[in-house]
Amino acid sequence: MRGGVILRWVSVLAFAAPLADLSPALAQAGPHDRAPHRAWSFEGPLGRFDLSAVQRGYAVYAQVCSACHGMKAMTYGDLTRMGLTMEQVGRIAATQQVPGGVDAQGDPVTRAATPADHFRDPFVNPEAAAAANHGVAPPDQSRLALVYPGGPDRIYALLTGYRPPPPGYRPSHAGAVYNPYASDREIAMPPPLRDGQVVYTDGTPATTAQEARDVTTFLAWVAQPHLEARHRLGAQVVLYLLFLAVLAFLLKRRVWSDVH
Amino acid sequence: MTDAGSRDTQDRQEKTGILPWLDARLPVVSAFRREYVDYRTPRNLNGLWNFGAILTVVLLVMLATGIFLAINYTPTAAGAFASIEAIERQVPSGWLLRSIHVTGASMFLAALYIHLFRGLYYGSYKAPREMLWLTGLVLLAMVMFTAFAGYVLPWGQMSYWGADVAGKAVDAVPVVGPWLEHFLQGGDAPGDVSLHRFFILHMVLAFAVLGVVGVHVAALHVTGSNNPLGIEPTGPRDTVPFHPYYTSKDALGLILFALLFAVVVFFLPNVVFEAENFRPANPLHTPADIEPEWYFLPFYGILQSVPSKFGGLLASVGAILVLFLVPWLDRSPIRSARFRPLYRVGMGVLVVCFILLGFVGRHHAQGGWMIAGRIAVVYYFAHFLVLLPLSARWERGVVLPESIAGGRGA
Repeated sequence: MRGGVILRWVSVLAFAAPLADLSPALAQAGPHDRAPHRAWSFEGPLGRFDLSAVQRGYAVYAQVCSACHGMKAMTYGDLTRMGLTMEQVGRIAATQQVPGGVDAQGDPVTRAATPADHFRDPFVNPEAAAAANHGVAPPDQSRLALVYPGGPDRIYALLTGYRPPPPGYRPSHAGAVYNPYASDREIAMPPPLRDGQVVYTDGTPATTAQEARDVTTFLAWVAQPHLEARHRLGAQVVLYLLFLAVLAFLLKRRVWSDVH
Repeated sequence: MTDAGSRDTQDRQEKTGILPWLDARLPVVSAFRREYVDYRTPRNLNGLWNFGAILTVVLLVMLATGIFLAINYTPTAAGAFASIEAIERQVPSGWLLRSIHVTGASMFLAALYIHLFRGLYYGSYKAPREMLWLTGLVLLAMVMFTAFAGYVLPWGQMSYWGADVAGKAVDAVPVVGPWLEHFLQGGDAPGDVSLHRFFILHMVLAFAVLGVVGVHVAALHVTGSNNPLGIEPTGPRDTVPFHPYYTSKDALGLILFALLFAVVVFFLPNVVFEAENFRPANPLHTPADIEPEWYFLPFYGILQSVPSKFGGLLASVGAILVLFLVPWLDRSPIRSARFRPLYRVGMGVLVVCFILLGFVGRHHAQGGWMIAGRIAVVYYFAHFLVLLPLSARWERGVVLPESIAGGRGA
């Protein structure tokens, strides 16, 4: 039976080895300071979102980020999942004007958005976005927290990491700003947040750190919209299957009792 | 009613009821009973024999989830990525179906590799099971094409550049390469036409796989299962009816596999979802690190270990083609590696080499990986072309057990 044992170990290793080789954040364009790890409620296999932080983060996005960053994949209706009612979402959507086809003369018109509409893009096309931002189009934020190397930790570090550049720093292009957490320690986005930049309806003091934390939570929520449902359903499915496995094991043992 | 009653009196000898009626006209009931209830199966199959049933079930899950994904998918370069985002965000339970489908692809290939190496280890390819082996390898190739085509469909960065790398590999074929690349892609680079073709290919192949699985299972039921001892059952003492013995055992295996499946779907999706593929395809921006899905990495490792581009392509395709010859390359009359000391060690080395080649592929055969990769490639082919034909000469004096029932402790 020694061969069987060896084969078993080899097959276990076959599955374990690639997991050990999962080095995260492979493709980082340039050197930057390491973003310190912060505790997020949505981390780990049972993580969940603090929906009040997500709602405050949406306020930051709506009042600050959305001036330059699109969030194409989201519809206004998706905002109901952060705890808003359909009426509230409808009111938010109605404040936005989206292309509404053409009128009787064939001229393009706009209309108020509905919950079924996607978030309005701040620029009509990527070229316009680049032209308005010193040649660098602001990235879409639908999946930013997932695709940005370093994830939420680095987004938070970046938003709170603007500081006076060290002596000898020369911007590589017009509009570039020093930030130790950006690739090559330089970013095309000027400092977006400051104390009191947004007004929180729940009375939370709007410090830069609070705004950064909230908007990072919001971006993480947007990047993984079903994280909480996934974890909740997962716990139920796994418990059910464990119970079923015990029953199947007992059944199998009983069926086979007259063979062994 | 009276009509039915009068017919009943006419066929008084036959059993009444809808199933006997059906069975007399289309013997599905008795065939099912013969092939899945009374079907004699060796009594000593171990857990590795669960993977056939597991693969069948995962295939059905893939088809079921795939149909619903296809309904909501747009096979155009402009619309594909947005339609996947809509499935993930707006389609009710779309995220769950997609997660099951994507995880299912990895789980399917993992189970398939276990199934394949189990067949190699216990000599399940030897007479009279050659057709079983060959249909299985056809399935492996079809599943690989299906998985690759499916990976292109979300039209993220990895999808696009994966298709691009595959196109470049085809381009390396002498003489017809550029023409073939153009023909497959429908252009000089992956685009609308290639995406549409991959979508059709993915769907058609998926259902074709189901058909070939039917042939594979039919071939199995002609010869019966091999077993860990590799000797044919000699009588009723060596076998048990499929039901309830292997139905209960397969059920347990399936549930344990589903448990692993669920843990990946619900708690470890990052194992199967690559973050980079959540960026939409951008033909102007090459990602820093293009690498195929893990299940292609061993073949990618072979491709990159061989110095010439066309040679690499030949070697990685050859790595699969050589498997088709295995029933005739292996000259030993003994099936199971349990009784073949040399072959057993060789199988262990083969599995190690296969995994090693996966790492080589992951590290693009750079530096020390290149040397390791070349050694692994040489062993991989030597195992089949040298060790298999010659090992029978060195493995002499083997005493096989008299019967499965008598030899179970061996």
